[in-house]
Amino acid sequence: MTTDLGRKAEARPLLDRSDERLSHAAGIRGTLSAFFDRVRSGDLGSLPVVVGLAIIWTVFQALNPVFLSPANLVNLLFDCSTVGVIALGIVCILMVGEIDLSVGSVSGFASALVGVLWVNQGWPVALAILAALLVGAAAGLIYAAFYNRFGMPSFVSTLAGLLAVLGLQLYILGSSGSINLPYGSTVVNFGQTMVMPDPVSYAFAVLAGIVAFITGYRTAARRKAAGLSSRSTGGLLFRAASVTVVLLGIVYYLNQARGVPWMFGLFVGLVVAMNYALRRTKWGRSMAAVGGNREAARRAGINVRLIYTSAFVLCSTLAAAGGVLGAARLATASQQAGTGDVNLNAIAAAVIGGTSLFGGRGSAYSALLGIIVIQSIASGLTLLDLSSSLRYMITGAVLAIAVIVDSLARRSRLSHGRA
Amino acid sequence: MDTSNDAASGLEAVLSLRGISKHFGAVSALTDIDLYVNAGEVVALVGDNGAGKSTLVKILAGVHQPSAGEIFFHGQPVTLPDPSAALRLGIATVFQDLALCENLDVVANIFLGRELTPLRLDEVSMEIRAWTLLNELSARIPSVREPVAALSGGQRQTVAIARSLLLEPTVILLDEPTAALGVAQTAEVLDLIDRVRDRGLGVVMISHNMEDVRAVADRIVVLRLGRNNGIFYPDASNQELVGAITGASENAVTRRAGRRAGRAEPGAPNP
Repeated sequence: MTTDLGRKAEARPLLDRSDERLSHAAGIRGTLSAFFDRVRSGDLGSLPVVVGLAIIWTVFQALNPVFLSPANLVNLLFDCSTVGVIALGIVCILMVGEIDLSVGSVSGFASALVGVLWVNQGWPVALAILAALLVGAAAGLIYAAFYNRFGMPSFVSTLAGLLAVLGLQLYILGSSGSINLPYGSTVVNFGQTMVMPDPVSYAFAVLAGIVAFITGYRTAARRKAAGLSSRSTGGLLFRAASVTVVLLGIVYYLNQARGVPWMFGLFVGLVVAMNYALRRTKWGRSMAAVGGNREAARRAGINVRLIYTSAFVLCSTLAAAGGVLGAARLATASQQAGTGDVNLNAIAAAVIGGTSLFGGRGSAYSALLGIIVIQSIASGLTLLDLSSSLRYMITGAVLAIAVIVDSLARRSRLSHGRA
Repeated sequence: MDTSNDAASGLEAVLSLRGISKHFGAVSALTDIDLYVNAGEVVALVGDNGAGKSTLVKILAGVHQPSAGEIFFHGQPVTLPDPSAALRLGIATVFQDLALCENLDVVANIFLGRELTPLRLDEVSMEIRAWTLLNELSARIPSVREPVAALSGGQRQTVAIARSLLLEPTVILLDEPTAALGVAQTAEVLDLIDRVRDRGLGVVMISHNMEDVRAVADRIVVLRLGRNNGIFYPDASNQELVGAITGASENAVTRRAGRRAGRAEPGAPNP
């Protein structure tokens, strides 16, 4: 059987497998060894974050058995979603090799704006949220203009923005300092209690597997028809089935408590959409190209300024969206919203998840994975009743480790000929 | 095919320049340059540093505009106000730094800025097209799904040339294609240039390396201080070429050649 296949392959080599110098992973063993080769050369992917998460969960579970209980994990997912959306914006801006340090302030200002417009001015809530998102977009446009027109480094312009927007937030909140959002409103419910009904959450888990299989199968069929190497149907089925089983397990566990928060569903939806945009569209390809080699992108006819503008605007808009979700989560718009560690948690989440600070490498899923790590640490330390002083120090240390891993992996990739 | 053309005038050439001059302020980078290239011909552009080779290529690529003179494409006078105009006409340029994104794979680099179906990238069609291009060049690229960072210098040059061929140009300009390469890779790229010529393209190649030039060029155009300083053919000796490039008949190359000629027996092959 195998020899038969081998002869057949020799007779008509696949278009992309005709070069005999290249080794190709065959079977499970080949796939495994290819994986280890990749990791050794510094192409770590999401390996560090998975290992880190395993360590963090083991330690906290040993210290406090409540940590991995379904109820606590559901709370964790509620908390993840707010900063996670901000981290998704950070992924965008890191892709082009720039940074936005003002996402915390912009999120705080957005939550304050929703409070002022909705509660104090009596605007419809949808309009208030839209206004907050537009203000976020405007902040991004201003940074982009500074960057494109004056060549102002983004870390300086957004540092200035951090202060200026924080000032705006304090100004519109005025002397009262905080505005309570009405309990029982849809927005607050969305941020605090709304969870998917059990059947819906299971349906989503199954849907993910089905979509993974159908898209994979279609691609494989097209590649096969074109004489390119393709994944086997069995492998695709196995992959889709394992995705579904893992998701079903997670959902089942969460459903032992309240269930999967709709807010987390929204966050994951945004992550999936961003992943598609970054991987499968010309815009996403241009983002990676600008982050990798700006001059090459310019000569290839890419509108580099437009790409930078889109990255800045998307980042600030998502920061504003995260702020609105944060206000819903806390049922309040206060002077404290978006201050403290929000900024760094968002950036740390993106970097810990595997998006490079050096541009050109990243994935939307890094926001999802990274924020779960960050929020696990926060939640675990809160359960242990540790003060925020310790929480800051530990989160800072984790961020430092993540950046060191990123830098070392980058150096190793360069010396192993991987970008 | 060369004989079918009026070589002196270059009237039927794919691309020809007439009296091109370029001034940067008070500096005359190019003065009254004539150049033409036929289909299926490799023209080497040689000259010392500052002779104006790169300026000339940039004018052809649409990066610079000439201060005076005319450009003819298939006999028609044309202007090249910007790089995209040159590309639209069918003049592709591979600059010395190649301008590849090392973090992207070969397919992404070849199609960068020209992706098929922008909202749902057609990776399969792009990969097939990339393999077709590379196979036509008999290029030795192990995998088009590896990031360019994993490729050797010669392979990167191949990718850059394949990318320039994507739009089916009729003339291709190569700026120092072998400058950064080792011996084997240089041979690979010279083979590649041969195959590009065999596809019927006109090739203009800048080089510093006389060996490479003689190995692949059909005609060698020497520039010196921004002026035409003679046209040579691959059988020209190093001495003649270096003389034309430097403008001096008295230099290290001629002295050594002179000593060698003095020592050598009559009729000995001259390397």
